[in-house]
Amino acid sequence: MLRVCLKGANSAARKCLCGNGAPLHPLQQCRSYTSGGSGSSAGKIVAASVLTVGGGVGGTILYANWDPKFRANVEKSIPYSDQVFGLALGPGAPPPVINKPRKVEPVQISSMSEVWKDSKQPKAKEVEKKAKQTDSEGPPAPAPQETLEAAAKCTECEHDPTMKERPEGEVAARLAEQDKAEQDLLTSLSSNLEDALGSTAKVTLQAIGAQEAALQAIAQHTRQLREAMEAEAPPDKKSTQWRVLEDALSERSRSVDEAGAAVLKAKAELDKLRGVIDGAKHLKIAAARPSILAAEENLHSMVVDLDSVVTRVQTAQSEAKIVSQYSELVNEAKAQFQKELNSITPEIQANWKGLTGKLTQDDLNSLIAHAHRRIDQLNRELAEQRVREQIHIDSSLEQQKLEDKKALEVAVSTALEHNREQMRLEQEKKVEETREVMEAEMRTQLRRQAAAHTDHLRDVLKVQEQELRAEAEEILNSSLMEKETEYRRLTQDQLDSFTLDMNAAYARLKGMEEAIDSHVIAEEEARKAHQLWLSVEALNYTLKTAALNDPTEPLEGAVQAIKESCAEDEFAQALATALPSESLSRGVYSEASLRARFYAIRQLARRVALIDETRNSLYQYFLSYLQATLLFEKAQEAPPAKLSAEDLDTFKLLSYAAYSLEHGDLELAAKLVNQLKGESRRVAQDWLKEARLTLETKQVVSLLSAYANAVGLGTTMAP
Amino acid sequence: MADEQGRKWDRCLADSAVKLATGLGVGIVFSVLFFKRRTWPVVFGSGVGLGMGYSNCQQDFRSPYLLHGHMVKEQ
Repeated sequence: MLRVCLKGANSAARKCLCGNGAPLHPLQQCRSYTSGGSGSSAGKIVAASVLTVGGGVGGTILYANWDPKFRANVEKSIPYSDQVFGLALGPGAPPPVINKPRKVEPVQISSMSEVWKDSKQPKAKEVEKKAKQTDSEGPPAPAPQETLEAAAKCTECEHDPTMKERPEGEVAARLAEQDKAEQDLLTSLSSNLEDALGSTAKVTLQAIGAQEAALQAIAQHTRQLREAMEAEAPPDKKSTQWRVLEDALSERSRSVDEAGAAVLKAKAELDKLRGVIDGAKHLKIAAARPSILAAEENLHSMVVDLDSVVTRVQTAQSEAKIVSQYSELVNEAKAQFQKELNSITPEIQANWKGLTGKLTQDDLNSLIAHAHRRIDQLNRELAEQRVREQIHIDSSLEQQKLEDKKALEVAVSTALEHNREQMRLEQEKKVEETREVMEAEMRTQLRRQAAAHTDHLRDVLKVQEQELRAEAEEILNSSLMEKETEYRRLTQDQLDSFTLDMNAAYARLKGMEEAIDSHVIAEEEARKAHQLWLSVEALNYTLKTAALNDPTEPLEGAVQAIKESCAEDEFAQALATALPSESLSRGVYSEASLRARFYAIRQLARRVALIDETRNSLYQYFLSYLQATLLFEKAQEAPPAKLSAEDLDTFKLLSYAAYSLEHGDLELAAKLVNQLKGESRRVAQDWLKEARLTLETKQVVSLLSAYANAVGLGTTMAP
Repeated sequence: MADEQGRKWDRCLADSAVKLATGLGVGIVFSVLFFKRRTWPVVFGSGVGLGMGYSNCQQDFRSPYLLHGHMVKEQ
């Protein structure tokens, strides 16, 4: 059956698939169609799902591109989405702690403004922005500074929102956050400061070194120049000297340039450091102040050193300038002399010092004459110069004075600056110290105050507690009293009611007991009556057990039962004993049987109707037989109320008796039969006796049953 | 009591029959023996028998009514 069902299902399915009910033959076609049809619908479904999924993913990626917060959220929630995002959009917001030093960016005002707007993820965002607009320009050094500045700005703008009112918990949380942020900033600040200081120190040292080197180079150069100027070495040595000099010059220029560049760099570094320190100062973190002060001091000292070195270099340079000027002048004089010499002696080469054997006498003379003339000229010039010396000296002194003044002013100003800086630093230090001291003192005072406050509070609380306790105790006592009285009253009420109830219940119980007792008695009575009645009924029943021609069962058992059941009842006892013994032992005949027997008796009585005491020969018997056969009387005749003399005929009597028997009146019948005489009487005697017995028994039984009924009615309840 | 009549009659008839038969027999015997096969002893004998039977029956039927008197001698 299952297979049939399956087949049916299959066929139904096939039919459904093939559209209309297709026969078995194009089933294969159907199959391909079904596959195709289902395939196309499946393909549609697949395409739709692919579209949906792709649309969802694309939308997510686009939105993540636009909103980095969303991107971060998605990356956090979905495990491998960050890789997907990295593939699609490029690296996202990295954690700021690790990547800050690596990220490279010249300061951008736009990022600053962005930083001003956001509060929580400014670092990440602007660093991300930098990541996006990555140019690999700029040294990594500025990055920490400007990130620090950014951080500074961040914390500033972080501080700004905290000016608004917030709930206490939030304030505490915010303070904790702030503290943490400050801690972080502090650490970052200190690290950054250290880094900056380190780098600046390095650069400054480099600059100083470069300056020193430049100084050295200048000094060397000057020395060499002077040497070259003043020494009278042989020409080849001169040339080497000049070459050395040129090298030295180039060396000097290079070193000077280097020094200059280094100074610039150092200055830039110092400026940046100053900027950083200013930024750090703007953070207003008290704990950072010492480090800031230390940094400032370092800065100051570096600046001072740098300046001193620079001044030294400058003096050296000025000296070198003098020497170079001097050398230039000398070179100029030499050149002029050379020119004059050339004018005089054109064929002489420039490097005339090396020419000693080549000159002729004339040349020598002309040379000497020229030399003498030159000497005269020079003497004149010297005299002139001496004259102008004073003026020159005065003017140069003036100039020098001016320059000195300027230099002095500059120096004074720088010294003043330095001093001011120093004073400021010292002041700040002192301020810092005093602030610390003040703060410590304030803290102690506050602590004292707090302690005092707590003491006071404790006292007040103690007093209050006592008061409240007393009050509460009073209230408690009063309420307790109340409750107790209430309780007592209630219990008393309860007791009273309970007693009442108990009494009532007891009374009821008593009543019930009596009732039950009376009930019991009554029931006993009833039971007895019932028993009596039952036994009487049994007796009655036994009366009915008579078979057609047999007597009943002996009534003895039933009578015994009756006697037992009504042991105390005299009447019943009397009645019970009144039963004839024959009925007890042998039982009685039923009325029906008596009736039936009567007919036989009647026949017999009719036959011996003529026989009485006096005439009872056989002849009489014959005659009576004859009479019986010939005489017809009514079978049944209603007996009259009164019997007259002629009614005493046998036949009449018999018919009366028959009638009364037929009508159930055994008693009357018995009475009538009792009126028979002679042999008929003798014949009916038996029957009569039985009838009498039966009548007696019936009478007694009926009496008993009546009595039982009466007794039963008399009792309250029969079960 | 009702059966007594019946019983009596049975007895009576039986007795009569017996007596008749006996008388007949005796008569036959006497007739054969003594009276040379004459019929009168047979008849006589059956008559005697029958009479005896009848008398017995009667007696039996009367018996309840018979009064038995006792002579009381005066002292």
